[in-house]
Amino acid sequence: MASKNKNWEYAPSLESTEHITLKKRYDLFINGKWVKSASNKYFKSINPNDEKVIAEISHANQRDVNRAIEAARNAYTKVWSKMPANERGKYIYRIARLMQERSRELAVIESLDAGKPIRESRDIDIPLACNHFFYYAGWADKLDYAFPNRQISPLGVAGQIIPWNFPILMAAWKIAPALATGNTVVLKPAETTSLSALKLAEIIQDSGLPEGVVNIITGYGDTGAAIVNHPDVNKIAFTGSTGVGKIIQKSIAGSEKKATLELGGKSANIIFDDAPLDQAVEGIVNGIFFNQGHVCCAGSRLFVQEGISEKVIRKLKHRMKSLVVGNPLDKNTDVGAINSKEQLDIINKYIKIGKKEGAEIHQSACSLPSKGYFCPPTIFTNVAQSSVIVQEEIFGPVLTIQTFRTVDEVIQKANNTPYGLAAGVWTDKGSRIFNLTTKLKAGVVWANTYNKFDPSSPFGGYKESGFGREGGLHGLSAYLKLT
Amino acid sequence: MSLSPTVDKVGVEERVSRFQKRSIKTSAKMDGLKLVLNMIDLTTLEGKDTPGKVRQMCYKANHLHDSFPGLPSVAAVCVYPSMVKLAKSMVKNSAVKVASVSTAFPSGQAPIDVKISDTKFAVDQGADEIDMVISRGKFLAGEFSFVYDEIAQIKEVCGKSRLKVILETGELATLDNVRKASDLAIHAGADFIKTSTGKIQPAATMQVTYTMLMAIRDYYDETGIMIGMKPAGGISNSKLALHNLVMVKEVLGEEWLTNKWFRFGASSLANDVLMQILKTETGKYQSSDYFTID
Repeated sequence: MASKNKNWEYAPSLESTEHITLKKRYDLFINGKWVKSASNKYFKSINPNDEKVIAEISHANQRDVNRAIEAARNAYTKVWSKMPANERGKYIYRIARLMQERSRELAVIESLDAGKPIRESRDIDIPLACNHFFYYAGWADKLDYAFPNRQISPLGVAGQIIPWNFPILMAAWKIAPALATGNTVVLKPAETTSLSALKLAEIIQDSGLPEGVVNIITGYGDTGAAIVNHPDVNKIAFTGSTGVGKIIQKSIAGSEKKATLELGGKSANIIFDDAPLDQAVEGIVNGIFFNQGHVCCAGSRLFVQEGISEKVIRKLKHRMKSLVVGNPLDKNTDVGAINSKEQLDIINKYIKIGKKEGAEIHQSACSLPSKGYFCPPTIFTNVAQSSVIVQEEIFGPVLTIQTFRTVDEVIQKANNTPYGLAAGVWTDKGSRIFNLTTKLKAGVVWANTYNKFDPSSPFGGYKESGFGREGGLHGLSAYLKLT
Repeated sequence: MSLSPTVDKVGVEERVSRFQKRSIKTSAKMDGLKLVLNMIDLTTLEGKDTPGKVRQMCYKANHLHDSFPGLPSVAAVCVYPSMVKLAKSMVKNSAVKVASVSTAFPSGQAPIDVKISDTKFAVDQGADEIDMVISRGKFLAGEFSFVYDEIAQIKEVCGKSRLKVILETGELATLDNVRKASDLAIHAGADFIKTSTGKIQPAATMQVTYTMLMAIRDYYDETGIMIGMKPAGGISNSKLALHNLVMVKEVLGEEWLTNKWFRFGASSLANDVLMQILKTETGKYQSSDYFTID
């Protein structure tokens, strides 16, 4: 027999960046044009893979926000609210098609700026974002059928603030239903990931969408606060941390502003002993290591029935060996870069806390790049509901593993959290799935899968994970006045 | 034998699609392709097989493409028992093994004593490896002990020859059955488990191979004993073969990436791999006329 004298390793397979065009400096997209910020201040967008500056981004101030909202108001009253619904739909379809045409460019920019693996931006983020536009384009002229026997009217100007974990996908989740229902938009991407939204602004310009219907302004929290507090905004749609969500809720209290908040989570992923174990292990991996764990619905609390826990943990550790951690632009990368230095510090802080709490840590033995922000896939065993790392959202590739004995016990423990965004159930028994879906206090419950998204399926939380639903029919009603 | 875990088809398909998304380029591609060549069981299993046909195929086993130096030989040649002696004489003094199908291949519809003498004959003729088929009819009828005993008896006859157990997954219908049959074969004494005879479609799909690899993985974790894997039938191009290597590497590990533990049962794969190797080296695809068809 031939003997093998070396390991068979995957050679680097980098996605080319030659086909993308990026400006050195980006202005604000207001009223269909690129305009300089009144602040004349810029901040840097950093590539988390090598810590190099990709571009400079405008920091919009109160005056810029006023301009953007004025443009959106004008476009709403003069053009968009008067346009026949099927015409509105045509524009949305056009945006979807243009995004598809430029999907390769969008995927590369997303991976450069956000640190997510090109496999994910190419196969998940961008196609899903396009699909959201296609899906809601179809609804534009069928709203009467969506809400039979109700009078419907748009809300007006929507202020939309999105996070850094799924930059262009969240932009699509926000913009597509708002436009389909006849609203106009002022959107602010997160400060670490503005580029794909600015690229989307170019696409919107190319689509010929009437000026001011979509305005995209960049900046930090103060820019977002200026949008939230502006008196001429009718609706706030926010995805981000529970902390900021609470501030928003306070600041709009007493106003007429409608809001949907999609906030944090600490979702339970529950494995029963009759589950298809190898697929469940895959579900654990997809649940917590997808997008470096920067997922609000990440399955960050794993519950394994005690009889199979050793086996599942052994399988999980083995599976973690084949996760490739590294350059987000390498087509073989499974776990990319942590989005920012700031977030890496937060994750490392929790890993420290976990160790201090006496939890047993296991990390992938992969080599990490010397530059950039990276965190190896990490699991903690020997934890309890009372552990800090079990209670608080870490927003990184860090999993806690608890065991349970009975169905009732795991339902109680799964619900024993201020959050309630998602849950996963793994079992071969159909009746058990239906039992759990009604008893788990979570907006989304996945059965024998995890982190599956579709435009037709509503998404949103219970309790401190927020309120309101995005996606599907429910996503339409969040942008409509129904009487 | 412990209870086999359940298998979720949708989850398996998803996992397999991840293997297929691995991008194998430059040095990894070249090394992988050579590894594939070295893992092939060059096969002829036809009613019309003749000494002439077998002789020519066995010559090719050691002379895949002589004008390109540094290529390995295939792992083995796979023939009917009646051709074992001839095949053995053709590949002597080389690394190429002779594998013989047996147990009333491909249907397995014969009494056990016929299967035993079929196997014994092949072993006596010098077969290094025996590729037996399981009784699928008995398996589907729920007579698992019958299937188990049969494998154990054949294993005894094999002596020093390594036993590959063909599950004929195309007839087992579900991945749950594939998993159950894999566990059964491994516990009954298989050195290798093999997907198919090549006579039934579908044959070695990645979903099926993945399910079998998982059974091997679990057995190894429980006992520390390595079992080999041979997907056979339907793997006719380089890309699919490389994806299979990816799967073996990630599910089982580097230790399995030799022809001692992994084989491709194929008749037309070798030439596609050769074509890709030459293309990787020269940057040009050559006409299929430059690749021999023994």
